[in-house]
Amino acid sequence: MPAVQETVERVKRIDVDQYRYGFETLIDSEKAPKGLSEEIVKFISQKKNEPAWMLQWRLEAYRRWLTMTEPTWARVEYPKIDFQDIYYYAAPKPKKSVASLDEIDPEILKTYEKLGIPLREVAMLEGIEPKVGEQDPAQRKIAVDAVFDSVSVATTFKAELKKAGVIFMPISEAIREHPELVQKYLGSVVPTSDNFYATLNSAVFSDGSFVYVPPAVRCPMELSTYFRINERNTGQFERTLIIADKGSYVSYLEGCTAPQRDENQLHAAVVELVALDDAEIKYSTVQNWYPGNSEGKGGIYNFVTKRGDCRGRNSKISWTQVETGSAITWKYPSCILRGDNSSGEFYSIAISNGFQQVDSGTKMIHLGKNTSSRIISKGIAAGKSQNTYRGLVTAHRKATGARNFTACDSLLIGDKCGAHTVPYIEAKNSSATFEHEATTSKISEDVLFYCIQRGLSQEEAVGLVVNGFVKDVLQQLPMEFAVEAQKLISISLEGSVG
Amino acid sequence: MNVAVAKTESGRAVSDLFASAEGRLPGSPAVVAVRREAFETYERLGLPHRRLEEWKYTDLRAMVGEVLPLAVAPDAAALSRAADAVKAHAFEGARKLVLVDGVFTADLSDVKALPAGVSVTTLRETLDKTADLLTTASTDAVISLNAAMATDGVVLSIADGAQPSAPVQIIHVATAPSASAFTRSQVRIGKGARPTIIESFVSAGASAYQVNDAVLVSIGDDADVAHIRLMDDAPDAVNITSQFVTVGANVKLNYFNMTTGGAVSRLQGFITFAGEGSELSVNGVNLLKKTEHGDLTLLVDHAVPNCMSRETFRAVIDDRAHSVFQGRIIVRPDAQKTDGKMMTRALLLSDEAEADNKPELEIFADDVSCGHGATAGALDDSLLFYLRARGLPEKDAQALLIQAFVGEAIEQIADDDLREHVIGVAERWLGRRS
Repeated sequence: MPAVQETVERVKRIDVDQYRYGFETLIDSEKAPKGLSEEIVKFISQKKNEPAWMLQWRLEAYRRWLTMTEPTWARVEYPKIDFQDIYYYAAPKPKKSVASLDEIDPEILKTYEKLGIPLREVAMLEGIEPKVGEQDPAQRKIAVDAVFDSVSVATTFKAELKKAGVIFMPISEAIREHPELVQKYLGSVVPTSDNFYATLNSAVFSDGSFVYVPPAVRCPMELSTYFRINERNTGQFERTLIIADKGSYVSYLEGCTAPQRDENQLHAAVVELVALDDAEIKYSTVQNWYPGNSEGKGGIYNFVTKRGDCRGRNSKISWTQVETGSAITWKYPSCILRGDNSSGEFYSIAISNGFQQVDSGTKMIHLGKNTSSRIISKGIAAGKSQNTYRGLVTAHRKATGARNFTACDSLLIGDKCGAHTVPYIEAKNSSATFEHEATTSKISEDVLFYCIQRGLSQEEAVGLVVNGFVKDVLQQLPMEFAVEAQKLISISLEGSVG
Repeated sequence: MNVAVAKTESGRAVSDLFASAEGRLPGSPAVVAVRREAFETYERLGLPHRRLEEWKYTDLRAMVGEVLPLAVAPDAAALSRAADAVKAHAFEGARKLVLVDGVFTADLSDVKALPAGVSVTTLRETLDKTADLLTTASTDAVISLNAAMATDGVVLSIADGAQPSAPVQIIHVATAPSASAFTRSQVRIGKGARPTIIESFVSAGASAYQVNDAVLVSIGDDADVAHIRLMDDAPDAVNITSQFVTVGANVKLNYFNMTTGGAVSRLQGFITFAGEGSELSVNGVNLLKKTEHGDLTLLVDHAVPNCMSRETFRAVIDDRAHSVFQGRIIVRPDAQKTDGKMMTRALLLSDEAEADNKPELEIFADDVSCGHGATAGALDDSLLFYLRARGLPEKDAQALLIQAFVGEAIEQIADDDLREHVIGVAERWLGRRS
């Protein structure tokens, strides 16, 4: 038993104080007045030079939102949010209109550099060839769209993507430049009336990424968005829309950080994915919002709606997430398997420490014939955190031949935390085959003993076991993210500096 | 929250019913006050509906609509039908305690032939003295309704150390069509006792009736208990039963429920470990056809350390029937060394059948080993083919596979005679199917 005690102690010590991304960038920013009203919605729309239809769309969402109440079914507790005490729009003050990366406020660039985001494509642009034996250059190319508070500050590699026909730009630009695509798909997966936070997002979203991959195109590089909340008291409401046209493929990465603050900040994003016939979308997230301090003060409320629609035949959507941050996570990346033979995947690692509360999972909604889905969820609870997996698998009458496999495992480190599993499994036709398994345990003392006996330290042994525990999911992440995620896991749990 | 919706048609009908039934409900003035309060709770909540998490899959407001008036006292013809039904459903050698339309009927019961260590009174008698049995910690609307309306029930005690020579069988018989029966019973099992308890719900020619039963079970330390329930109601009946079980230390409890009838049946079991070192085996089988709806909702609360629970549930669903399993294992913060496992499997025999499974784990202690599994699917084609290739007709081949499937739950019944009895019930169901 002393061995385990040591781990518990260590976890207690490391805590969330080790948040590495807690710095604040001091830059001028432009904010809309606090609070939410039709005027603010109009203000945001005007700031973005939006066409009239978009403003109308927002206002409808806003009016709808007024009639809705906050959901309370999740296993999370927090004081009531005062929605009038939030800034709904904050943008780094533009020095002038930005034409190239060099004109972006160097402070912001520095921030992203600190975060390790390859915003500057300098090396690439200067044509520095990688040495023989180094990584394949294509692998190192990642197009980044960086969102700072409410606005997108830079999108890289635009030219190269354009050559392939891929549209990758801030959604605010897409609304102006590709209104036909945005109008056709925006809100078609997550309707404005979907849920409290999605509706709020529809009214006030300020930016986000837009991706369109034309038919039969394999997107030549990974696309990535980095979200950063910097301002005090602001909410971040971004909206991402990804459309993979027939036979195309795209892999998209998302990362998030925020400064360390005492107050709680709201993040209510909406992500919509549309996969048409034979298309595939791979969406990976490393979520590392500020989780609050060791007393549970501060941190981000991460109330996110993510949904993918496998609209076409043989389409595929795969969600991978590593959730280590946020004071509260409320997030269920889902797949609507509408097209025949379509498939959905959900791979998740959710780590909670300190006073974090995670209520996350997925929904696999089988509507088409011969659809399949796979859910692998790994929850690790430490400190005084609560970690819940909540998932739905359902096959409708006509979804003949639907298949699902679900495995959700939880690991408990310490005796003050909780791990919960709430699966809903609904089979409405006999040819649906569903399998579900879940386990909860602590790290086996036998396993630890085995490792320690072979010369590993306690910490290394725990690290080894945890990494083995989450291996199935880590393998799904693109290379760069997998490395980052592994580091994050060690920071979140082991206390060693990553 | 949509809980406080305007009064539905059924809500009003019930309040009339309570007013008219009040005179017939047993109990002292103090009891009447408790009943009235419980009824107000029910009136405020109304019948449970799908927006309540616990009732998500069994929407009584939509499926039942209204609570029927209280059954009138059975006449001689009804009693003779009840006697026949009791004879047909009695477990061989068991001492019977019979409730006809919600009222204890001594003439049909073996009150005089109870084995040593077993004593029985009725709810009616205890309500003359105290309202204790009408109060529970639950705020569930159907349980409140039960407290308000309970007409009678069995108050069974097994003395400390008693090893009754025969099982005790509580038989609920319905004879009145389109009426409802509210019963509430108590089973107190003394320390070290080893009783076998059977509960049966049957119909004596009645149809479209409603049963709302509640049972409070307490099990003393070191007891070894077998508890079997057979819900075999008329195909158009409604049966909602709530059981509260408190388990002492070092207890062995072998619990089994089988639902083979009823338009809407639900057993909600709330089992709490109150002493360490106990072992619980809770098992269930739903055999459903036509448009039947069967719901087994189990909450196993590991409130203390060092206990073990095993849950095995099987559902066979034919035609347009709907089976629900909601299992929840709670492990409280100090309940270290808990070992909880739950396995639920559904077999869908028709394309219009529906199986909903919600196996939940809620764990607040770290040194535990808990798990659950759930599957849903059709009969394995290759197994069917194997049997048919060996000359079995399709129906027989199916029956054999179904038997094997439910057998995994039935074989958890420790007592040989009880197990044989349950297998017989399952076989009869399968026989009716083909």
